[in-house]
Amino acid sequence: MARPFRERAAKAAIGALALVPAARLGWLFYRDALGANPIAEALNQLGLWTLILLLASLACTPIKVLTGWNYPLRLRRLLGLEAFFYACLHFSMYIAVDQGFDFGEIWKDIVKRKFMTVGFAAFVLLIPLAVTSTNKMVKRLGFPRWKRLHRLVYVAAVLAIVHFTWRVKSDLRQPLAYGLVLLVLMLVRVFDWLRPRRAARGGARSAPSSSP
Amino acid sequence: MLIRRPSDVRSSEITSRGLYLRRRDFLAGGAATAAGLAVELGGCKTQAGTSTSPAPPPAPAGAIALPPYKANAVTVDEAKTPFKDVSGYNNFYEFGTDKSDPAQNAHTLRTRPWTVAFEGEIAKPRTIDIDTLLKENPLEERVYRLRCVEAWSMVIPWIGFPLGALLKRLEPTSRAKYVAMTTLMAPEQMPGQRLPVLEWPYVEGLRMDEAMHPLTILAVGLYGQALPNQNGAPVRLVVPWKYGFKSIKSIVKVRLVEKQPPTAWNRYAPNEYGFYSNVNPDVDHPRWSQSKERRIGELSRRKTLPFNGYGAEVASLYAGMDLAKNF
Repeated sequence: MARPFRERAAKAAIGALALVPAARLGWLFYRDALGANPIAEALNQLGLWTLILLLASLACTPIKVLTGWNYPLRLRRLLGLEAFFYACLHFSMYIAVDQGFDFGEIWKDIVKRKFMTVGFAAFVLLIPLAVTSTNKMVKRLGFPRWKRLHRLVYVAAVLAIVHFTWRVKSDLRQPLAYGLVLLVLMLVRVFDWLRPRRAARGGARSAPSSSP
Repeated sequence: MLIRRPSDVRSSEITSRGLYLRRRDFLAGGAATAAGLAVELGGCKTQAGTSTSPAPPPAPAGAIALPPYKANAVTVDEAKTPFKDVSGYNNFYEFGTDKSDPAQNAHTLRTRPWTVAFEGEIAKPRTIDIDTLLKENPLEERVYRLRCVEAWSMVIPWIGFPLGALLKRLEPTSRAKYVAMTTLMAPEQMPGQRLPVLEWPYVEGLRMDEAMHPLTILAVGLYGQALPNQNGAPVRLVVPWKYGFKSIKSIVKVRLVEKQPPTAWNRYAPNEYGFYSNVNPDVDHPRWSQSKERRIGELSRRKTLPFNGYGAEVASLYAGMDLAKNF
């Protein structure tokens, strides 16, 4: 009985912690303390936190592979949903505040600008993942299909890095640093997939990690 | 909803307080309605335009004083961008690539002694000390729009003098077709030059007729004071109808040449930054639209004007040219 409670408490704490950057941004925006161009600053920060949380959700499996520590797998869904939450804030900030609902201009941006196209694509790819994140949906889709669908997150993460890289004018250090993190996380997965399967390990690996 | 700011407003900011408060109210209201905001912002513009401008704090003791200058020689009927934004939100990669980096790091720049070498295709080449430059050239205030290639803009009260008047005295030869300018190269003073984000030193250039145009100035101050280091002290170019990066900062060399000189951003990405880089809402940057811009301090974007609103003065320089090709 104590264990589920502790687990719920831990999840609630981590969930709340991930909201701190958004709350801080909201407060600074409200106080006009985000510098001369608060809209650009808020957009950048929301985008950055989307990426950070996305990478955090993608780090759970590699941690398990490298250390055998299972616990982070239980946070994966939560982190993924937090990333989606930030992606929504990022996107709606662009639509509502940055462009002021100028849908003609927005459509042109998305169609004509590579960096906008890939950013938008990354966001769209996250939608089905968020929608099918419930246990019920896992059951409805069947685990293998659900898992295949959720591999889209790899594509979304790559697109997010490309979006960031193409946005920058010339100082590529930050986007490349995040890209490097993604690369390492993916390499651990590849290494794990290529490893000769042992019966015991294989069983553990294919267990639905998002099960409570 | 009106949110009261606690009474900790610094006395140095008193003149800008009105605008400051109003501006914050717009942001707070932003959560409520976008439509209402546009109306409010329109009001802000006209109000701020007619009231006192958001001036800088008094110059610190020991600051370099400017000779007297003719106020408001050229102005625009738009609200000036507050000094704290003009001096706190800068692209000056020699001091870092974040907008706040220059204000933080530029204190290491030594602006005295400083000379500018005028050389190349001129009859009277001369290396001029900055203080001589200030003495010899009658200064005037020019309130110009500044449009950054990143789609934001400001209105800045520069103090300077026309580059053309000075060049004329140095007697350009008939072979002088372009002006090539160079920023100081001093990685020990400019930490950003230790990173290869651009090829250092920063170089820029103009066609001769652009350089001689009366709107083109060498600026030595803004808001009645000597240029803050982060704005390109002690002397920089200002070409108001071109994107901001053309207005090269902290100049040490001005060379008149026969052939079109290399320019820093063009060298970095020739498909994105042309030699001309005239502000043009119809020619987009490959990665973003240039049709609108965000005036710093405003919430909704405003339309970008051809030649940044200076078309009547400068469009004739480009008569017959394909501006989409010569971007």
